[in-house]
Amino acid sequence: MSKMHVKLTVNGREVEGLAEPRTLLIHFLRENLRITGPHIGCETSHCGACTVDIDGKSVKSCTVFVAQANGADVTTVEGLVNEDGSLGVIQEMFREHHGLQCGFCTPGMITRAHRLLQENPSPTEEEVRFGMAGNLCRCTGYQNIVKAILASADMLNAQKEAAE
Amino acid sequence: MIPAGFEYHRPTDTASAISILQEHGDEARVIAGGHSLIPMMKLRMADLAHVIDLQDIQEMKGIEIGADSVTLGAMVTQHELITHDGLAAAVPIIREAALQIADPQVRYVGTIGGNVANGDPGNDMPGLMQCLDASFELVGPDGTRTVAAREFYEAAYFTARDDEEILTRIMIPVPIAGTGQAYEKQKRKIGDYATAAAAVMVGNGAASVAMTNLADTPIWSAEASAALAGGDVEGCVAAMLDAIDPVEDNRGPVEFKKHVAAVMLRRAIARAVSRAG
Repeated sequence: MSKMHVKLTVNGREVEGLAEPRTLLIHFLRENLRITGPHIGCETSHCGACTVDIDGKSVKSCTVFVAQANGADVTTVEGLVNEDGSLGVIQEMFREHHGLQCGFCTPGMITRAHRLLQENPSPTEEEVRFGMAGNLCRCTGYQNIVKAILASADMLNAQKEAAE
Repeated sequence: MIPAGFEYHRPTDTASAISILQEHGDEARVIAGGHSLIPMMKLRMADLAHVIDLQDIQEMKGIEIGADSVTLGAMVTQHELITHDGLAAAVPIIREAALQIADPQVRYVGTIGGNVANGDPGNDMPGLMQCLDASFELVGPDGTRTVAAREFYEAAYFTARDDEEILTRIMIPVPIAGTGQAYEKQKRKIGDYATAAAAVMVGNGAASVAMTNLADTPIWSAEASAALAGGDVEGCVAAMLDAIDPVEDNRGPVEFKKHVAAVMLRRAIARAVSRAG
């Protein structure tokens, strides 16, 4: 099968490459672009470790062909740091509240939490759990992930208020 | 995990998509959200030489709310079904059911058209569309035809859609005011297909009842619907238990599934009745 030319914006940067259409976006990110934060935890689209943000939507990048993502705007966990390279709010809160152990689900969790808080800036605990249900974690038991996301919401809302 | 190679097409209108289907016959398939097809391709259970991506076809997008009917473009995502206020007001059961399908990520990309066209009895929307008496618009080389959801499903993965046709739109009659609706689903965990699920619409002397994943197709029952319309809940449950034909799998044996089916149906009826009037 012939390769196709693909062009994406990833974490604000335009990138191009050659790939077979069957290449999954997760593999293109990890292997072609060496963006290895998003992980692969399954082959049945359940675990969400590969979650990235595509055109304002949380998407499991193991279930998107790079051909389909051609032209898209993609954000990964690497793109969620502050401009000065320090941790973003959600990343900082995962650290603060012990929302990770092995760290394998964390990039997907944080990228999903980023979108969840864009859509629902002040979620209840139940809304966080339901909104994160596409992301599996084997280590934490979720409790501290929920705390981290609720704390992130508070902090982001406080920042927004201070800016106004 | 690794799908076989294919040629990729991204047409911008339905007619072009159909001509690609015609050219390549059963070597080609359309891809909508891709969240049933890509998993099958990754397991090499679907092996296609040509994949036709529908994402740039604007005429398959959008939600139109009319006085008597709602029209959903086949490429409308579950996320759009959930977040569309007009749809939640006109036919609230759609949002209720969509929130029980898969998980947030899958709902951002999975489409209503893909859900109803897939033909997997595990999908939730087919039974719901039968309950609502929706119809599906199919466009093919010879033009456009409409098939009732209640006539569409023939067996697991077999539907009334011909290979060279694309399901482009879904038309749903708006239930009359005062009709109570409920979608009740028993599942093992988030994202699981139903052990049993019931879609119920009742009120104004009418009723409609359909169930999910209890046979090789969704099951709408005229007898169960008529019984419920007459206020006979036990008659409705008995007629539905007669109509379903579950098989044993890791969600449980046949007897358990029948038990859960009756529980789901009774709960859905109770909730729909409480919302009617």
